[in-house]
Amino acid sequence: MSALLPSNDFRVARHSIPHDSGPKHVQGTATYIDDILEPAGTLHVAPGYAKSAAKGRITSINLEAVRAYPGIVAVLTARDIPAVNDCSPSIGGDPVFADGEVLFHGQVVFAVVAETRDAARRAARLAVIEVDATTPAVDVEAAIARNTTVLPDYEFIKGEPATAIQSAPARLDGSLRIGGQEHFYLEGQAALAIPGEDGDLLIHTSTQHPTEVQHIVAKVLGLPDTAIVAECRRMGGGFGGKESQATQWAVIAAIAARVTGRPAKLRLDRDDDMMMTGKRHDFRVDWSVGHDGAGHIEAVDVTFLSRCGYSADLSLGVNDRTMFHADNAYDYPNARIYSRRLLTDTVSNTAFRGFGGPQGMVFTERMMDALAITLGIDPLDLRKRNFYHSQGGTTPYGLHVSDNIIHELVDDLETSSDYRARRAAITAFNASSRILKKGIALTPIKFGISFTLPHLNQAGALVHVYSDGSIMVNHGGTEMGQGLYLKVAQVVAEEFGVTLDRVKITATTTAKVPNTAPTAASAGSDLNGMAARNAVAKIRDRMAEVAAPILGVAPVDVLFRDGAAWGGNQSIPFDELAKKCYLARVHLSDTGYYATPGITWDRPNKTGRPFLYFAYGAACSEVLIDTFTGELKVTQVDILHDVGHSLNPAIDIGQIEGGFVQGMGWLTTEELVFDDQGRLRTHAPSTYKIPTASDVPAAFTTRLFESGGNRSETIYRSKAVGEPPVMLAISVFSAITDAIASLKPGHVPLLDAPATPEAIMRAVKAMKAI
Amino acid sequence: MTMRSSLRYLHRGEIRDVSHFGPMTTLLDHLRLERGLKGTKEGCNEGDCGACTVVLGRLVDGHVSYRPVNACIQLLGQIDGEELITIEDLAASDGTLHPVQSAMVDLHGSQCGYCTPGIVMSLFALYQADGPVGRSEVTDQLAGNLCRCTGYRPIVDAALSACAARTENKPGDHVASKSAETAVKLASLRDGADLFVGSQTSFFAAPASIESLATLYHQHPDAILVAGATDVGLWITKQLRQLPKIIHLGRVVGLAEVHETADGLTIGAAATFSDVEAHMTAIDPDLGEVWRRIGSKQVRASGTVGGNIANGSPIGDSPPALIALDATLTLQKGDDTRKMPLEAYFIAYGKQDRKPGEFVRSIHVPRLKPHQVFRAYKISKRFDQDISAVMSAFRLTLEGDFIREARIAFGGMAATPKRAHGAEKALVGASLADEASWAAALAAIRADFTPLSDMRASATYRSDTAAALLEKALIEIAGTSTHATRVTGHRPVSEAAE
Ligand SMILES: Cc1cc2nc3c(=O)[nH]c(=O)nc-3n(C[C@H](O)[C@H](O)[C@H](O)COP(=O)(O)OP(=O)(O)OC[C@H]3O[C@@H](n4cnc5c(N)ncnc54)[C@H](O)[C@@H]3O)c2cc1C
Ligand code: FES
Ligand code: FES
Repeated sequence: MSALLPSNDFRVARHSIPHDSGPKHVQGTATYIDDILEPAGTLHVAPGYAKSAAKGRITSINLEAVRAYPGIVAVLTARDIPAVNDCSPSIGGDPVFADGEVLFHGQVVFAVVAETRDAARRAARLAVIEVDATTPAVDVEAAIARNTTVLPDYEFIKGEPATAIQSAPARLDGSLRIGGQEHFYLEGQAALAIPGEDGDLLIHTSTQHPTEVQHIVAKVLGLPDTAIVAECRRMGGGFGGKESQATQWAVIAAIAARVTGRPAKLRLDRDDDMMMTGKRHDFRVDWSVGHDGAGHIEAVDVTFLSRCGYSADLSLGVNDRTMFHADNAYDYPNARIYSRRLLTDTVSNTAFRGFGGPQGMVFTERMMDALAITLGIDPLDLRKRNFYHSQGGTTPYGLHVSDNIIHELVDDLETSSDYRARRAAITAFNASSRILKKGIALTPIKFGISFTLPHLNQAGALVHVYSDGSIMVNHGGTEMGQGLYLKVAQVVAEEFGVTLDRVKITATTTAKVPNTAPTAASAGSDLNGMAARNAVAKIRDRMAEVAAPILGVAPVDVLFRDGAAWGGNQSIPFDELAKKCYLARVHLSDTGYYATPGITWDRPNKTGRPFLYFAYGAACSEVLIDTFTGELKVTQVDILHDVGHSLNPAIDIGQIEGGFVQGMGWLTTEELVFDDQGRLRTHAPSTYKIPTASDVPAAFTTRLFESGGNRSETIYRSKAVGEPPVMLAISVFSAITDAIASLKPGHVPLLDAPATPEAIMRAVKAMKAI
Repeated sequence: MTMRSSLRYLHRGEIRDVSHFGPMTTLLDHLRLERGLKGTKEGCNEGDCGACTVVLGRLVDGHVSYRPVNACIQLLGQIDGEELITIEDLAASDGTLHPVQSAMVDLHGSQCGYCTPGIVMSLFALYQADGPVGRSEVTDQLAGNLCRCTGYRPIVDAALSACAARTENKPGDHVASKSAETAVKLASLRDGADLFVGSQTSFFAAPASIESLATLYHQHPDAILVAGATDVGLWITKQLRQLPKIIHLGRVVGLAEVHETADGLTIGAAATFSDVEAHMTAIDPDLGEVWRRIGSKQVRASGTVGGNIANGSPIGDSPPALIALDATLTLQKGDDTRKMPLEAYFIAYGKQDRKPGEFVRSIHVPRLKPHQVFRAYKISKRFDQDISAVMSAFRLTLEGDFIREARIAFGGMAATPKRAHGAEKALVGASLADEASWAAALAAIRADFTPLSDMRASATYRSDTAAALLEKALIEIAGTSTHATRVTGHRPVSEAAE
């Protein structure tokens, strides 16, 4: 009997199911914005900027030659904006078109609308814009000297850091530079605006935040939100770069459509994209640590100085998250964590996978390396000495860490990676190798999950069951390759007890689910998975009411499994039940809503709970460096990462590996070079080098940590996975530091990030000069 | 000589005739804008990301040989007479995925999917090629395909798995199963005619003989010669230059030939990097490794040695290597040819010894003689597909432990590829066995160059590295295995010196 009854095991969720769009990706049939069949009459838009200046008052704009170019339909400037010239996601200050003043090199001053993209691009270069140029403040130092910030300073204090550092038996100071990072989503920024009746617009936009695109387009055009629909089926990568900074391009396309009455598409050229959109914040970090002489930290004092660019954008949240992660997995008995958000005359830096957290942790791990090197202790031992206690501890922002698993996780990886034996082998190798040196590091991560802006921790979903039993799901999350659509569909299939092919995944659109949060903070499946589950539960309960009398059980005993509704050993196929519900006039559609419980962060008072839980992980990386040229090879990587009970192990492993390699690129080959005129010199893949296939070591293993699942009540006890793995790559940076440190034991290498060959050589040279 | 005024290429078994197209039209724009084939993506429009990768097939010794190219910087006219395969063409008509495609799906090789069509096409070309496929073949094949999402591990696994399952007749690969038919069709496109599409003021021309080329270029000295378009393509897509007259060298019979001669190798100007890669490895493994690191498979399949020299760039990789090997350049104008040492061609930044109407005909590269040793190092931020910060090549002639002659050339250190004359002199008489005798040369090389700082490296790093590379070359030649001196690009261990 019981053999007939379906079990309660997971049938769809927790399985390694390939990405739903995989077959389309490999055949070129997955549609991105630029692939959408253009409505007849579609115009093309290209932005233009002042080539000569990064900062200064605009004295004249001559667009005659632009207008005269064949095929030009319109040229848009600040004057063409119907209502508000601002596309900021936060406190304002992000003009759609420069008005009177250029704030950074590459800022959009005008846009050309033409019959072809080629004509628009060519015409855009014919503008003559004169600027009364002033010397731009390009980097952190210049901004400090000028004393300009985009937001007030912010500080966390735990205990008595000043006196604790003074009275500590030993003290160490340091300073470190951490470079920024270009997102380099493979699909550049793109939007297609299609006019409808009443001045309405449908905007296909490659964005992580359709709601924001909708609201800001409405604001700029002076229309109610209802006039605008923003839709996104998928992005060709986002990584934070399309959280707030996809909006401007959608807005410009919308204005073009509004002014011309024709569909208008704006797809940025790669070089423009890299010049005109913000990046990961680069930092200078100045720090002091007081300890007991054996490397037990007593107090930390750290100042984070970040280049925010010309406006606030998302810099508040980003820099807060840096501060939230300045402890990483370590307990600081006393701490002062100070942050300055510096205004520079450069592009406005923005969200990037990890959202400031990675920079905080790069500092932490540098401090650990520096302490270990000066004390002659193995860095792993020093790290372990300072971990939060397994029973918890209190962070510098007052949160009690209640789900700490870093001890077990790091011990496991230490054994499986054979860290100790390899450490000994490396020491022996380095003693006899003249040119090449090896280094190894095992570094932990603890990353807080939830938006630190509490109101963003909400999501909605809309689920329809059609009378043939097929199911359509829609939610506020967007798909950028991370497999969110698939994970949510898995939840829906699981909850209805049907196979995945019955669930139709659909494009995210503000017309179906309103007022959504950006797909960010790794929270996509936590939030939308729960919202979808809540929607399903409502429909399923109503379907159970219909099924119960037929099956002869109470509605609460109806079980949805294996494509049917079950009561005892009786069942009704799901499609039949759907049909019966329809005939019985039972509503087969519903919305689901979810707000993360217990998130209470009060920023002004620095109290409350900013995170629902932490994601943990660790990586052990080994590197080989050339002390003649600074060339670097990452030779082995072993990762152990905690995703709770994975919703889809294959997808999660993909996120971990991809995040790691992206982080590795940030800390090694990816260098943003601005000249002293404030112009970005590395604005194309020819000069900005993200990792290629050969940069990833053959010896690269990733394991999911076998935990008992998330201790917080998340969807099927899974954990967020989008951002945390980026920080696993800090192990590479620490391993390089380790290799250089072998040149002069006891001395801390002056290695800044990214560790390009030149940066490595600078540190090597400094060591040799000691 | 016959003349043809429309372009012909083979696609999906059918010959397509295009009689009207602008000379600057790229293959990518042709596909996406004119033919509405949106599977091929644009990620950068400059040859660096590979999202636009398509595969071209041509007849080589009666068989169809496939190579990946970047459609974004390939000019439409360049594909005359070839078979075009795009991402839309791989699955069978019943929808069955190509083995490379199914491996990519099953092994989770795509996330956002935007790089995927290009990656699949690169792997498809690898699948078509014969020979064993290991990890390094795969990563080399993918050097020009950027993926920002996956971290490559699953893609490499998919490639290895698809290629491992590949048997001789390539089941499930309908392109391979039709190759005999394709060969016949491609042969029918070989008409030996000069291609000329357009008017006297704006045209795309692809002469079929050296005579036609010489005549046409003589008539239109203002035309732009295009070999692989891996430079010229970017003038169009990025600099938005207007190039109304284009003369393509790819169809000129004889211009791409590579001849082994008694003392060396003569490379026709239109030979691609790929065409000569094996010859280069045969001269010296380091030369082969420099070649392997020029651009990507796509760039090497189109880009030519002639173009790398003709463009006069101070950061091209082949000139320093070829100068160190004492190569000779042959130029031709009309019927006249002249020869010069390669280094003499580079006069100053942006200035070469080439007259209007004159073109690069060939390069002669002497092989190493007994007692000569060679080393070359390319230094860049990233190993694969990056432009050099410093490119160096050393040829030493030895007499026992003593250095009798040295030829050293660098790229990235001056306004042209340039020899290190001071260091060359200082090395004469130095002994490999006595490191102290190297000191003068190590000091001299710093005086040989006053490099600039740019986004690739600072002047200080360049100077330091030039000296370090000379020292490294000497350490290696003195007998240290490259496994102790290099993080990558090791020389084969079997070598006598190691
Ligand atoms: C992504 C990418 C990566 C690259 N990586 C490298 C690299 O690692 N190392 C490197 O050295 N280069 C690199 N390059 C540059 C480029 O590939 C080389 O310079 C290449 O050799 C140019 O050859 P081509 O046939 O494509 O030249 P084209 O673009 O066709 O022509 C280049 C120039 O040479 C002229 N020309 C061509 N042939 C002749 C001839 N026979 N006679 C007279 N003039 C002629 C053309 O008129 C033009 O001025 C890279 C390019 C790209 C796009
Ligand atoms: S689009 Fe990037 S290589 Fe062609
Ligand atoms: S899957 Fe997104 S770039 Fe490769």
